[in-house]
Amino acid sequence: MSEVTPNMYRYDEFDAQFVSERTEQFAAQVERRLTGELTEDQFKPLRLMNGLYLQLHAYMLRVAVPYGTISSRQMRMLAHIARKYDKGYGHFTTRQNIQYNWPKLVDVPALLRDLATVEMHAIQTSGNCIRNVTADHFAGAAADEIEDPRPLAEIVRQWSSLHPEFVFLPRKFKIAVSGAPNDRAALAYHDMAVEIVRNAEGRTGYKVLVGGGMGRTPYIAQVIGDFVEKTDILAFMESVLRVYNEQGRRDNIYKARIKILTNALGIDEMRRQVEKEFAEIKARGALTVPQAEIDRITAYFAPPAFEALPDEIPTGDKAFQAWTSQNIAKHHAPGYAIATISLKAVGEVPGDATADQMDAIADIMDQFSLGEVRVSHEQNLVLPHVRQKDLPAIFAHLQKIGLATPNAGLITDIIACPGLDYCDLANARSIPIAQSIAKKFEDLDRQHDIGELKIKISGCINACGHHHAGHIGILGVDKKGVEFYQLQLGGSGAEDASIGEIMGPGFTEHEIADAVERVVNVYIAQRNTGERFLETYRRIGMAPFKDAAYEKAAA
Amino acid sequence: MTHAMAQHIHGSQMLTANRLADGDVLYRKGAGWVLTLADGDVYDEAGAAAALSAAQSEAGLNTFVSPYLFEVRVSDGVITPVKEREIIRAAGPTVRADLGKQAGDMNV
Repeated sequence: MSEVTPNMYRYDEFDAQFVSERTEQFAAQVERRLTGELTEDQFKPLRLMNGLYLQLHAYMLRVAVPYGTISSRQMRMLAHIARKYDKGYGHFTTRQNIQYNWPKLVDVPALLRDLATVEMHAIQTSGNCIRNVTADHFAGAAADEIEDPRPLAEIVRQWSSLHPEFVFLPRKFKIAVSGAPNDRAALAYHDMAVEIVRNAEGRTGYKVLVGGGMGRTPYIAQVIGDFVEKTDILAFMESVLRVYNEQGRRDNIYKARIKILTNALGIDEMRRQVEKEFAEIKARGALTVPQAEIDRITAYFAPPAFEALPDEIPTGDKAFQAWTSQNIAKHHAPGYAIATISLKAVGEVPGDATADQMDAIADIMDQFSLGEVRVSHEQNLVLPHVRQKDLPAIFAHLQKIGLATPNAGLITDIIACPGLDYCDLANARSIPIAQSIAKKFEDLDRQHDIGELKIKISGCINACGHHHAGHIGILGVDKKGVEFYQLQLGGSGAEDASIGEIMGPGFTEHEIADAVERVVNVYIAQRNTGERFLETYRRIGMAPFKDAAYEKAAA
Repeated sequence: MTHAMAQHIHGSQMLTANRLADGDVLYRKGAGWVLTLADGDVYDEAGAAAALSAAQSEAGLNTFVSPYLFEVRVSDGVITPVKEREIIRAAGPTVRADLGKQAGDMNV
């Protein structure tokens, strides 16, 4: 099959050189570690800077996928790496990245060299730096988009890559961007987020949010810049980072994120300090993004040449209808669609894909989606530009590889962190809980009746599974070596962002799925016509859900 | 490393680490390491402290990293870790019975 090159950013010589140099530098560091020239204490920060963790069973490598965009060529390389250096699969994460669970340290230099051939690496996927920037996974395709956020995401990527001033921040720093009023990028839960908005004059610019986050102290981000001009965005973001870098706490890891600083200072004082810094940077004339550079980068993301096609989703059998009704989103071009490939087949591990599936997806990308796929923060893949008339063929291909599950946004489309099955930090397993809940709600008619319901599960307080933002959130805790699961209700990571409220004491591994079912049954009994779970919860509050959830557990 | 620094030794113990070259989970046996929990040594409290101390003094060998002790129970000759974490670590992911030590999947 001929490989299609999508409209996405391509490395220039500086990118290629810096990745190549970094790969060789890390290869030498691995060699020095193996010979004992470097101690583990010296080596650990170096490997973390290159995305290499030591987990429960083995090393884990986190590969950066800038704003979740992958070409078919890159997807084939990800499959090759899964096969050659890992155990035949990879795990797509809530940060739109991919993780490999079993690489050997001795193989990592060769692995990174292979990755570099497709302009990929693992730099800044760990450590106290600006992490891989994330974006709306429907960017450049969504019907509701004001403007494509990917050019900005790319500008942020270039600015934040090995930025010398921000390599040793008080703590990690996560940035997300979106260009649509419907927030699919969980902006409010990021250290800093940029939303493309239109002002009263009809011009587009950037609304900047700061101080959001999950973890043990969740906060919703607050607006720090209502309308930042496009050419000023790096100066503005740099101002935020400077205030944080100077005043963020380095004495207490639990209080080191910018959310803590923002709330300690108060947003008004934070804004005053950022604006002061911003004025100084502007006065020096530094950090203005040249319009020519904005134009150059934007050109990489030019909309593909869409054909003139009738706007008509084909009909088919019940399975196809179920898939199109749930996994297809509206594209801005008539006759086109955005198709979500669910990585949440009932009984499987959320976010996992085998090497064979990745290769098959690469073929589908080339044949039907202009060579491109996106990773969503909900751990699914997205074909951004498919012709509606090709949907039956795409569906048939996905069925063959077990990825045609029609559950996008439904109760079985569960976010789950790797949890205690893989993670060194976890207190409890997440994946088996996701599997048991998915199994309980496997019946598709029932899922459709329940409607949009986002369950998110984390195996520890660090909240990689976004439990604070779940309509139903589940947090795994350790009680004397035994796993327990706390329920939270009413969270949202969308434009109506909210932090879930903790229900009460946890449930055992064997009780939690039943407790979730009792909570869902309260919704079914109490919902008004057309009301989603989240809206019912917001209307009637915790009490009826709590009464039901504990009823049987107590019996 | 953090495990080793803050440990309170209580009850029967084993000593574990990860192999430097590939990350595989190791268990202390005698003055060396084995790949399966069932083959490892079980210590009383004094023996555990001595084993940890011996392992820490071997850091310069560059064969293993992050040694730490964990509590086990031994019943009818079968060793079972007290914490779920160590049960999973000794076997592999509970959601992938085809992977890890439970599947005989070790880098011998």
